Amino acid sequence: MDKFEFPIIQEQSDCGCGVAVAASEKTVPDLDQSFVSGFVDTPAGRLPQVSSALVWQDRWGSIKARWGVGRMDYSVNPGIYALGTPDNSSPVFVSANYKMSFDRLRQALAERSGWILVLDTKGINVWCAAGKGTFGTDELVRRIESSSLKNIVSHRKLILPQLGAPGVAAHKVKQMSGFKVQYGPVRAEDLPAYLDGGFQTTAQMRIITFPLKERAVLIPIELVETIKPFLMIAPLLFLFAAIAGPSAFWTNAASFGLFAVWAFLCAIIGGAVLNPLLLPYLPGRAFSIKGFSIGMVIALIILYLRGINLSAWAGRMEALAWFLIIPAVSGYLAMNFTGASTYTSLSGVKKEMRWALPLEIACGAAGVLMWMGAILIY
Amino acid sequence: MTEGKIKMKNSVYLKNVVTLQLDENKCTGCGMCLDVCPHEVFKMNSKHVVIQNRDACMECGACSLNCPANAIAVESGVGCAAAVINSMLGRNNGECCCGPVDISDTTTKSKSGCCG
Ligand code: SF4
Ligand code: SF4
Repeated sequence: MDKFEFPIIQEQSDCGCGVAVAASEKTVPDLDQSFVSGFVDTPAGRLPQVSSALVWQDRWGSIKARWGVGRMDYSVNPGIYALGTPDNSSPVFVSANYKMSFDRLRQALAERSGWILVLDTKGINVWCAAGKGTFGTDELVRRIESSSLKNIVSHRKLILPQLGAPGVAAHKVKQMSGFKVQYGPVRAEDLPAYLDGGFQTTAQMRIITFPLKERAVLIPIELVETIKPFLMIAPLLFLFAAIAGPSAFWTNAASFGLFAVWAFLCAIIGGAVLNPLLLPYLPGRAFSIKGFSIGMVIALIILYLRGINLSAWAGRMEALAWFLIIPAVSGYLAMNFTGASTYTSLSGVKKEMRWALPLEIACGAAGVLMWMGAILIY
Repeated sequence: MTEGKIKMKNSVYLKNVVTLQLDENKCTGCGMCLDVCPHEVFKMNSKHVVIQNRDACMECGACSLNCPANAIAVESGVGCAAAVINSMLGRNNGECCCGPVDISDTTTKSKSGCCG
């Protein structure tokens, strides 16, 4: 992500003569970014103007980003933007330079005017950037300076998304820059109500939730991340079954091989699709338990459909193997979903992983050995 | 009781693991922590705040960073298994997945994709 550097403030490091102008230089975002609709002239120079209406490129860009395509440079230039036709008394909204963050904000402010101060968060959304500190006190104070915000507005207030609070110390910003930070609602959609309600958040605006829609949009990326391991492991299962099975190569492949690939795929779907969708309804607090339970149900269903002959040892071993492998895979993927959820604490995740990770590895490894044994015995 | 309802709606992760500490003697009752906490962990008692729902805390650190009186301590971090695995393997500075992030935004709520 280091490759993303705002060209204007890039230091001329090769010069070596100590012309350290970079830090104090006044910067203005590029006017030729695709979403910029015009410009306004201010005491701080000519600033890009944006509207609250998203166009198809904006929407297509966010669809791609959700599938992991081009997401690392899905960013906007840091600096100050005019939304609509603001004047020196208009509110200032602070955002991250992840394009989706920026778009969400302007979209929520339909028919309103204001200034949007975009921090350089290296193209990461507000919540994640606040956790890392790039959406932080220092960057905010620097950006207030470099954008000459004091010459643009006559008031000294900033509205920050509440989820930026883990990175920004409001009282320090006030000390260092003179600007008072007000934390707005968690969700951009609540901004109009917040503005009309006299800059007061209600309890409902402050609470982070994790509704179905938000869990669902995370599925694509969860799937994309499992494709690589799937493409590496599935052919191995298929080949092993085909070569080591009891009959001819293609007969084995069609029976044991295809089933193994199918079972593995179902385990991934359990962890990466069903777990996010059903999260609040699954048993247990630990995510691994949720994933294990889905895996158990999946194993039951697909083994029932396959109709394995349980009177022979090989059949029993193969069935047991899948009862180990599928829950291990679903449980592991479910555990990884803690990173995307909005309520898991680091201490909790560490505690869960202390028992869950060894268990998942042990079950997975035991299951694979047992499955290979079963195929050899058949 | 709307408060009760809100709490019911939100999922709670593991119990009794959170590192949040509040020094009620230092608290001046400014209310900042109430404004920044996304899980209603604190509530105002006549002169200072108290912890009402500690298991709901996700250790984001917003309250302790924004407390002008330094009354709150929490070991903050992102509750993300991928980040913990990465740091065990010494990869990626122990960052979360980085998966593409999602959504959210500025607004948004989700840690989604957390990472990064
Ligand atoms: S932010 Fe600190 S001083 Fe203010 S109410 Fe919370 S604990 Fe008390
Ligand atoms: S760390 Fe975050 S979730 Fe926990 S009490 Fe503080 S603000 Fe609330």
